[in-house]
Amino acid sequence: MNEHTSKQFDAEMEGIRSGVLAMGGLVETQFRRAVEALQIPGDVDIVTLVATDEQAINRMQMDIDQQCSQIIAKRQPAAIDLRMILTVVKIVNELERIGDEIKKIAYKAQQMQRPERLTTVRVHVITRAAGLAEENLQLALDAFARLDVNAAATVISNDEAIDAAFLAILRQLISYMMEDPRTITPALEIVFIAKSIERIGDHAKNIAEDVVHVVKGKDVRHATADQIRAELAE
Amino acid sequence: MNLDIFAFRPEAKPAAETRTPIKIAARHLDFYYGRFHALKDINLEIAERRVTAFIGPSGCGKSTLLRTLNRMYSLYPGQRAVGEIVFNARNILEAGVDLNMLRAKIGMVFQKPTPFPMSIYDNIAFGVRLYESLSPREMDERVEWALTKAAMWDEAKNKLKQSGMALSGGQQQRLCIARAVAVKPEVLLLDEPTSALDPISTAKIEELISELKSDYTIAIVTHNMQQAARVSDYTAYMYLGELIEFGATDELFLKPRRRETEDYITGRFG
Repeated sequence: MNEHTSKQFDAEMEGIRSGVLAMGGLVETQFRRAVEALQIPGDVDIVTLVATDEQAINRMQMDIDQQCSQIIAKRQPAAIDLRMILTVVKIVNELERIGDEIKKIAYKAQQMQRPERLTTVRVHVITRAAGLAEENLQLALDAFARLDVNAAATVISNDEAIDAAFLAILRQLISYMMEDPRTITPALEIVFIAKSIERIGDHAKNIAEDVVHVVKGKDVRHATADQIRAELAE
Repeated sequence: MNLDIFAFRPEAKPAAETRTPIKIAARHLDFYYGRFHALKDINLEIAERRVTAFIGPSGCGKSTLLRTLNRMYSLYPGQRAVGEIVFNARNILEAGVDLNMLRAKIGMVFQKPTPFPMSIYDNIAFGVRLYESLSPREMDERVEWALTKAAMWDEAKNKLKQSGMALSGGQQQRLCIARAVAVKPEVLLLDEPTSALDPISTAKIEELISELKSDYTIAIVTHNMQQAARVSDYTAYMYLGELIEFGATDELFLKPRRRETEDYITGRFG
């Protein structure tokens, strides 16, 4: 993309773009910390860090939103600039929600009752699902950084694997609960955590859909991965 | 739990818009100022009772194109147009076209308000008298009608005998629009009608444009891209005498098809 005649406009657009990437970086860090909290339930320090991250993420969202409002008011952006600004507002909203979900994961991990039960599920199965979500979030942020629609399409189809992992965890926990009612309390806590991970996957997918909108000007929300690939091939 | 609700998918695309009739069609239109080739093979259709905007950097040919549509250029020696401009099933570039009748059918309003040095009433009546002989009463009605169409009646009704030159710039421009409307044209050509006006007068003219389009076909040249985005249904982007992109305004300002258009409307030009 060529530069604007107004260098200041370029600088402002770069400001919101790099703001999103910085915010995304912090969310990724926060996610890794929460997954660590799952390995060592009851670790208060990690949970405090995750909560501090969440507050910083909230401030970044407000700050970037403010910058976007300023650009719209001052520059009356059109076409790709307008799509980019609208998308940035949406992406920071997704990131903020991811931050909330991560905080929930960390809190749940800390407050777990009888964490010695279901250790395998908590440490291995959940961590694997979290890994998928984390990778997909990273890929979504990369797709945004490089405005890469193919990467975005991959994120959208990867989300199915995260959804499948969530359903698998549910089925597994249901069998544990049926076999041994003493596992019900920790199992429910793990359900909440798994649900948060599944939601993070959805938010990453939304980010990828937003990237397609910036680049192609097409709204691919609510379309299937195949439909999106067909659209992109046009 | 019934999950069928998730099977519902609204139609992704709206039904194709019913095609609006074409009022003016330019075909293979070239224009020359002496040797300078100012318009190059322009092909463009202006839809009836819609607003079509021409945008582009200075010197791109947008005003020239507007001036060909009612042969305003014929007033100047050395300027000539080649090709076809079809209006009411006739090529208006042909010899033998009655230019006065053509300009009565295709009215024009310019960048700078150009009221005649006469009363508000006579500013309107002057043009009408050239084409029609109306009784005084019919003329009064026509003046009121034209001023009402131009959203000027309330401001002007008590000072019809005052000079049109005494009005504010915005009022003068609306008076010029009233004058153009008074002869009941089919098409209105507006050449940067608000570039000399303050924001409130500009907003009034824009409002007027959206009201007038229910009766008239309007073509507007503007340097203000947001104005083109606000008032027009179709936008043509021109550069160096060529028509680069022409399409629905809603699409052109959100997702233009051509890179050149995107660069221009986002301020990345030159």
